[in-house]
Amino acid sequence: MKPRQKRFAFIVAGIAGLGIAVGLVLYALKDNVNLYFTPTQVFNKDAPVGRSFRIGGLVVANSLKREQDGLTVHFEVTDTAKTMPVVYKGILPDLFKEGKGVVAEGKLGDDGVFHAAQVLAKHDENYMPPEAKEALDEAKKAAAKAAAAAATK
Amino acid sequence: MVPEIGHFALIIALMLAILQGVLPIYGAARSNAVLMGMARPVAIGQFVFVATAFGCLAYALLTSDFSVLYVAEHSNSQLPAHYRFAALWGGHEGSLLLWTFLLTVWTVAVTQFSKHLPQEMVARVIGVMGLISVGFLTFMLFTSNPFERLLPAAMDGRDLNPLLQDPGMVIHPPMLYMGYVGFSVAFAFALSALLGGKLDATWARWSRPWTTVAWTFLTLGIALGSGWAYYELGWGGWWFWDPVENASFMPWLAGTALIHSLAVTEKRGAFKSWTVLLAISAFSLSLLGTFLVRSGVLTSVHAFATDPRRGIFILAFLVVVIGSSLLLFAWRAPKIGLGGKFELVSRESFLLSNNVLLSVAAASVFLGTLYPLFMDALGFGKLSVGPPYFNTVFVPLMVPMVLLMGLGPAARWKQSSVPDIWVRVRWAFGASLVIAVLLPFILGKWTPLIALGLMLAFWLISTALVDLRRRMLRAGGIKGQSRSYYGMQLAHFGVAVFIIGVTMVKGYEMERDVRMSPGDTVQAGGYSFRFDGVRDLEGPNYHARQGRVVILEDGKPVGQLFPEKRQYDASGMPMTEAAIKTGLFRDLYVSLGEPIPNSGGAWAVRVYYKPFVDWIWGGCVLMAFGGILALSDRRYRIHAKKKQESHAPDNTAHVAPETATGSTTA
Repeated sequence: MKPRQKRFAFIVAGIAGLGIAVGLVLYALKDNVNLYFTPTQVFNKDAPVGRSFRIGGLVVANSLKREQDGLTVHFEVTDTAKTMPVVYKGILPDLFKEGKGVVAEGKLGDDGVFHAAQVLAKHDENYMPPEAKEALDEAKKAAAKAAAAAATK
Repeated sequence: MVPEIGHFALIIALMLAILQGVLPIYGAARSNAVLMGMARPVAIGQFVFVATAFGCLAYALLTSDFSVLYVAEHSNSQLPAHYRFAALWGGHEGSLLLWTFLLTVWTVAVTQFSKHLPQEMVARVIGVMGLISVGFLTFMLFTSNPFERLLPAAMDGRDLNPLLQDPGMVIHPPMLYMGYVGFSVAFAFALSALLGGKLDATWARWSRPWTTVAWTFLTLGIALGSGWAYYELGWGGWWFWDPVENASFMPWLAGTALIHSLAVTEKRGAFKSWTVLLAISAFSLSLLGTFLVRSGVLTSVHAFATDPRRGIFILAFLVVVIGSSLLLFAWRAPKIGLGGKFELVSRESFLLSNNVLLSVAAASVFLGTLYPLFMDALGFGKLSVGPPYFNTVFVPLMVPMVLLMGLGPAARWKQSSVPDIWVRVRWAFGASLVIAVLLPFILGKWTPLIALGLMLAFWLISTALVDLRRRMLRAGGIKGQSRSYYGMQLAHFGVAVFIIGVTMVKGYEMERDVRMSPGDTVQAGGYSFRFDGVRDLEGPNYHARQGRVVILEDGKPVGQLFPEKRQYDASGMPMTEAAIKTGLFRDLYVSLGEPIPNSGGAWAVRVYYKPFVDWIWGGCVLMAFGGILALSDRRYRIHAKKKQESHAPDNTAHVAPETATGSTTA
């Protein structure tokens, strides 16, 4: 091969490889990004049905119920404005507690119940996952706005 | 008093770091031997003062001085002494101090082991490392002072996060940081070569051993972290594609590419610009990793506090380091030259392809890790990128890479031919294909992924054996090969062991989450697990409920496991402590979930059967041993010997050892 052809071959191989890699990344990203929604957004039907996403908020006190099999648990997650039911089958993480922050990943069923595939509650007890914190802040803002609107009326 | 000494020592260390960063580099530019000569003593001085600060913080922790904020936040009087010491790197400020301390350790190592190098080179290397140190010390002193006082003093500390109270955790961060910081040496060598305008094979030869050491530490550090997650987090996974794990994996990928690229630069003089770029990226990714993990930007166990001042400083520091080194590169790149030529089919181009694959892998991890951050910063809302993304991207990238790993050693430098390579590897290829197709049937389950994994692993092993045999027949038998050759083969063999571990665990693991009353049994992987209930247990700084699980094989008891559910006294945090029966071919893993109320002592229990899981870390350890073996190669010892005989740099001395290892080439 002449040097020019050789260089050309290298460049073509490089571009082809890069193209494949970019395609791969985009393909993988498209299907595996989990969007995040607050309970209020879910209530407003902003969240997709049948596609996986994340929710965050506080576990409502005294909402934790355990089924007879001992593994399926029901609890409610709230952003203080709206509350949504969650069902999860498996062992909850150490730091899962009623009244504390939680993030869950899963799908919304037709019955309006969030079927969690994964429940995350990390860090120490006083830590609030950013997603959960944001949900609470959003709800607070909305409530303040509503109060202001009511006052001006 | 002691904390003030520590604080003061840090200030002096910063002054010395500034001197160390400015004088030698200026001296090298002006060919001023006196200024260049300052490099070593100033570096040693800086080490002494940073070590003093390190000792002061350790003293404050060990004596439980709760008037120091850091101690009050990360330690507790009930905490056992070794964990009080490990609390030094259990928080943001302390881990920065550890980073800086290790940086000075590496700098001192450079001053000691590079006496045979030209003075300008050493002066510049130490200078660049001094500048990095300036950045870290400034960051520490202005935003994250570990010696900050707490007035009035706390009665007791908030305790170390129970997850971190574990022997693996005592050594994991120092190992990882040794790796991160070690890349600063490769970075410093690359920059000083750019500064001096001399990028030749000698530069690559000097920075090679340093890079290998750093890579070895990083490999072990990552393996330790992964092992810790496996037994400590209590759900039996060994890699979660967590941002924190990715933060250490990115520099590892870049570092692995760098090691291979350096080999080509040293032996063939090719890829010079590429090698320099990789050295810059490996260190930049290390910095990014440190900061990502420690700044609290990411949600994870490791992230500590969020302070906007820190974030801005970090960003600025990263921009300065990466920006200035790339600028320097752009300015000097025309001087680098192209280096050795090679054909499309040659060992160079195989190594280049592997380098590209590794870099693309690093870039895709980078994208997946930072994508949520960018999206959030740009106001597109919060999202997360899950493990499926990484798995989808990684497998297709790693398959060609592993295939090339087998071909690389079989190909000639400069020019090789496809038929020639085919003759060398055809038996290896056939054997691995047959094993991959047949073995899963014997193991009981055949899936394409299991077959693929096994094929890749046996491909690596068989090509290594074929290559070893060929070389031994040609020259000198077992003793005729250099240690760096054996190191390379051992590390590649480690990759094969790793792949076997991953394939077997993914393919044949069994996970059972079950409700168990005392006396119940559950089956997994040919074993029965009988739950015998729980009892109370008092630990040094926690109380626990300890379960007893008897393992039965063919009805006969073969062992017992004692998983615990702990409650730490100081923080009140609950902790699951898994119990694992390890074995060469399988791990039996039991951890307690939660007690089921009103059920007469029933618990939710996880029972896992994990075949070959220890091979994952075994493979990493073999890779690290490969690194160590390569380091013990003759030419480095000859350097050491020469150094003892005469301190005068002698250029001809370096040529001889290279030809001695030339047997690994053509």
